[in-house]
Order: sequence, then structure tokens, then C-alpha cells
Amino acid sequence: MKSAGIDIGSRTVKLAVLENGKLAWSAKRVTSYNPLETARELMDGVAFDAITATGYGRHLMKGHLDCPVISEITAFARGARFFAADCGAILDIGGQDTKAIALDREGAMSKFEMNDKCAAGTGRFLEVMATALGFTLEEFSQAALAAGKAVKINSMCTVFAESEVVSLTSQGALREDVAMGIHKAIVSRSASLLRRVSPQGPVFFAGGVALNACVRKLLEAETGRPVFVPPDPQIVGAVGAALISHFFR
Amino acid sequence: MADYTKMWTELGLDLAGHDALLGVLGGAYTDIFLSQKNRPEGMKYFDFVMSEVHGLRIQELMDAKAQGRKVIGSYCVFVPEELILAVDGVSVGLCAGAEFNSEGAETVLPRNTCALIKSAFGFKLGRVCPYLEASNVVVGENTCDGKKKSYEMLAPMVKDLYVMDMPQMKSASGRTLLKEEYKRFAAKLEAVSGKKITIESLKKGIDTVNAKRAAVKRLTALRAADPAPISGLDALLINQVFFYDDPVRFTASVNTLCDELEERVKKRTGVFAAKTPRLLISGCPMAVPNWKLPMLIESSGAVIVGEESCVGERGARWITDAKSQTMDGLLDQLTDRYFNIDCAIFTPNPSRVAYVKDMAKKLGATGVIHYSLQFCQPYIMESGPVENDLEKSGIPTLRLETDYSQEDAGQLKTRIEAFVERLQKK
Ligand code: SF4
Ligand code: SF4
Repeated sequence: MKSAGIDIGSRTVKLAVLENGKLAWSAKRVTSYNPLETARELMDGVAFDAITATGYGRHLMKGHLDCPVISEITAFARGARFFAADCGAILDIGGQDTKAIALDREGAMSKFEMNDKCAAGTGRFLEVMATALGFTLEEFSQAALAAGKAVKINSMCTVFAESEVVSLTSQGALREDVAMGIHKAIVSRSASLLRRVSPQGPVFFAGGVALNACVRKLLEAETGRPVFVPPDPQIVGAVGAALISHFFR
Repeated sequence: MADYTKMWTELGLDLAGHDALLGVLGGAYTDIFLSQKNRPEGMKYFDFVMSEVHGLRIQELMDAKAQGRKVIGSYCVFVPEELILAVDGVSVGLCAGAEFNSEGAETVLPRNTCALIKSAFGFKLGRVCPYLEASNVVVGENTCDGKKKSYEMLAPMVKDLYVMDMPQMKSASGRTLLKEEYKRFAAKLEAVSGKKITIESLKKGIDTVNAKRAAVKRLTALRAADPAPISGLDALLINQVFFYDDPVRFTASVNTLCDELEERVKKRTGVFAAKTPRLLISGCPMAVPNWKLPMLIESSGAVIVGEESCVGERGARWITDAKSQTMDGLLDQLTDRYFNIDCAIFTPNPSRVAYVKDMAKKLGATGVIHYSLQFCQPYIMESGPVENDLEKSGIPTLRLETDYSQEDAGQLKTRIEAFVERLQKK
């Protein structure tokens, strides 16, 4: 049986198909102003027997594609175990939210936390800051890794941090050092969210921000815990939803 | 609804603002309550009460006042309705549950004031609450710091603000203070009403309120059935109407509803399917029309089977034992009853979490949602230890902090759904 999961996130839509317990296919696409349309395009021509939706846009599917929905928190909890069978702590930094999830030994969710209302410290925040410094996302992470020191960023509000960054560079701070400061700020915030649900043990790091090598490195340093990033950290939620499709059958 | 414009104008309401408020309220009520499936017939009475909440009920208050009775408004379940009834007064709750005129409220209050207080001020400054405007006396109490200090600002805005002092510890001296304050309040009521509280009138007041609480307790007990015979939203509504309605009529209506629910339980019919995940809400009071969280919960595949809240169990749980034949003895028994209330303003407050566990067991709840209003220090402070204690006892707990605005609804829904999924072990 082919079971699929679709994760309609704020920045990207991801689709994953599992067959006989193996990841058979996955794809992702940047979310447009019409996430439902993006989801349709992504599913076009892909064969599956059952599908489950997750992500912030999960309820959009209702009435269009009659499929079960699952919260992204559960989806990530399930998906993480697919990639790391003994995983006990998950940190997911996505486009507009950050989640920390603790699993018990059986893989059942035992605690979770999410960031508050705004986008502070999420993927969106990183994007805005990279642009403010004139970097692409890839360059941004590399620049931070090459920095000699970190300039402290005081504001985590996307709007205020942007003007803070601009004023820091105009005062002569090196772009690299500011980039490092931003990365550090994100990591310390996420690490404290993680600590609230799980104090120790290896960390499964997922979501678009897990692609950022500098965040990964800083997260290990800040927490003193081994950090594991799956081959494609963005599809964890979609894979989790696909696993749930079994549950609903 | 009949035309009440004249009455509202006489009360000094701002008609435009009041219309806007009623418009939102009516719309929300239709969307949230009337759209529910399998509602008990007995809810019709409460639908009617809500449709006339600013109409007929206010008319009744005005009629009572015309007969020389006094309307006493209050903000806390520590204010004894029994004493108010003993001078033939009418007791009304003034807690406000809608985001209205926050900008106005923020001209006198700091931004980081809880939504309940802010809303009460928004209502006062916007002149949209007929209960407040109809009150002869507004009773405040020194509970949390937010309320305590805000009464200083409320004083010049209302005709007669009376503030009751409150103990902060469940000690012998704390109990003495509460009893003294009830005596002082009784004297105040006698002075404004010109009526003397007698043993008979106090006993009658106690009986009326006891009957009202007993009816609500009966409702609570029926909610232990699976499938749940009534939704959490409807049960909350009844607990909200508790504070406004005529107590005798309210009691009869709740009992009629309970007869119907008993039949449902016998026939094993309910509002949601059997085995629907069952949740308990614990924390800050939800004043009318604050239906935000229950609505999100019950549209996320769970049913609420109890509220450990002042608009709920904490308000209705204890019955006054009125056996004494002396005035002082009755006051003692009244004090004993109220001194049980385990509000988070008390320190320490261990009986609260113990009772949450009890309730979960009795009502068959498999999880607890701890609800705090943003900036509500007492309940937010208590929420961490409560969560730890419950989790340690094997009761999954989700802590939420929110206000009356809708901007975090999506976020909350994700958390609630994930929590329900956790209970279902998906
Ligand atoms: S929560 Fe405390 S202060 Fe508020 S109504 Fe209840 S007893 Fe009074
Ligand atoms: S919700 Fe909390 S802060 Fe607000 S009035 Fe009640 S006890 Fe005070």
C-alpha cells in the first residue's frame, strides 16, 4: 500500500509517499498565495492509496480532498521516529513556528511547546535578516561560520531586529559578525524551548532551518547534546502524516 | 427582542457602542451555540436568557429597583449572594468576557492587565454594560493585585463602590478576617437597603443559593457519563448564566434540564460519540461571552466534561450547612463555606490541584487543559506546579495562556489538536 502525507506549511508544501515502510517519493514546493493550489500541483500525477494532511494549512484541505488531518506536532513526532528509531527529543524550526517535542520510550508524545504568536526566531526571521545583510540563505550561514566574533542582537522581533542589523552595519560592524550574532540569538531561543520539554539526550533537528549548517553547529555547542539532522529535514512532517495514514485505515 | 431603547437610554448606555456589542454577541452565539448538534431541549431556556440578556433580565432588575429592592454587582465568588438575598437584594455578576474598547481601558490601566479587568473597564468607559449601570452598589474585593488596584480607579466611575478585604492564607486569622468582612458587608447591605438581616431572611437566602448550587452540582455529576449528555460549551453557558439570572427560576431550569439529561444517560445518548476524548479545564474564570477556548477544544475532537474554575466547580462546589439558630452561628457557617474556595490568590493552595485530580477521576477526564488569562499572575504562577503534579500523577496536561482576542486562535488550535492526539495515542 502507498500512503502519502502532505504538510502544508507557511513557507513550503511537502509531499511524501511511503511504500512498504520505505520512503518511496517526496517533493516540496514554495507555498504560493494559494496553498491549496500549490498542494494540488504537488500531488498531480502522484499515486497513493491514502493521504493525511498536516501543517498550518491542514484544514484548508477539508471539503476539497476528504482526508484525515493531524496536527503538525503529532506529524513531527511520528516522522522523527521514522528516521531515528530511538529519538526522544525533537526540535523543529519551520517557516513561522518553532516546536520542541519530547517522546517517551514507546515514541508517544509526552510534552511539547511552541513559540508564541509571532515569527521571532523562526525561518522567516532568518530570511529577513539574511536579506537585510545582502546575503542569500546559503551565504548567510557560511558568513556566520566564517565570523571572528558574534555581535549581540538585542531584539528578536523581526521588524526591530531588521533595523538593529542595519544600524549595526552602518556603525561599522562586520556583516559576518552580525550574521553570527543573529544565528546565536535564534539558537539560544530555540534551545531554551527545547530545554523546557526535554533536558538531555540526543536532539532530532528538523524543519527548513535544520538545513543551516551554522545553526546546527551552534545548537550542539549550546546544548552540549548530539544533534541529528535527517537527509531532508523538511519532509519529516509529511512523512509523519503518511505514517498516520496507516492509522486511519 | 422587544424595543428596550428607552430603558437603555435611561440607564445611560452608549447606544451605538451597545448595538455593536450586541451584534457581535448575537452572531457569536449563533455560530458557536446554535450550530451545535444534539443539543438538549432544556437548553432552549438558556438560549432565551442569552437572547434577552440585555433586555428582559435588565427590565426585571429595573422592576425590582422600582419596588425598592437593591441591585448588587460583584466580580468574585467570594461575595456571598446569601447576604444580598437576605436583604431582598438582587445579585449580579459583573465579570466581563469580551474584548471591547481595550484602547479606552488602556487609557487608565497598564497594557499588561488581564483581559478580565481590561474588559470590565472597557465596558464601564464605553458605557455598554446594563448590569453595571443598573447596580446600586458595586462590590470589589482584595483578591489579586490587578483587581485590588484597579478598584481604586473604578471608585470615581461608579455610584457606590464597596471594597471587601480578603485573606491570603487559609489560617485562623485569615478565617477571622473573612468573617469580619462578611459582617461588615452585611451591615453595608442593611444600610443601603434599609432592611435588617434576620435569622429567617438569612436562612432563606442560604436555602435559595444552596438549591441553585445543588442543581449545578447535579448537572456536573451527569457529565460523568460517556457519551457526554451535554457539551462543555452548553454547561459553561449555564455556569455563566448562574451569575445573572433569577436564582429560583435558574434552579428550576437547571433541574428540568437535568431530568432530560438523566434520560439521555439512561439511553446512552449524548452530544458526541462515546469514547470521545474527555477533557477538564482548570484555571481562570471564563466570563460571558468568553467562549473562545471551549469552542476551539470542542471543534478539535474532544469534549469538555468539567470546569475547575470560579465559573464552574469552584463557584458551585460547596453547600452551606445552615443548621445554626443564631445569627453569629449562621455567619460562621457561611464563612466556613466560602473559606473552602481554593482560588490561586491563596498561598499555599494545595487543595486546588488535589481537587483537579479528584474531578478528573470522577468525571472520567483523561487530560487537563490549564487555562490562564495572560498577565494573570496568580494562575500563571500556579500553572507550572499544577502541571508537574498532574503529569506526575499520570494526567496529561496542556498549559495555555491567552486573552480575549482571536489572533492566536490558529496557534491554540494546533496545540489543542496535538494534545488531543496525544491522548488518543496517535
Ligand atoms: S479566581 Fe479568585 S479572584 Fe477570581 S472570581 Fe475566583 S475566587 Fe474570585
Ligand atoms: S484573571 Fe487573574 S489577574 Fe485577572 S482578575 Fe482574575 S485573578 Fe486577577
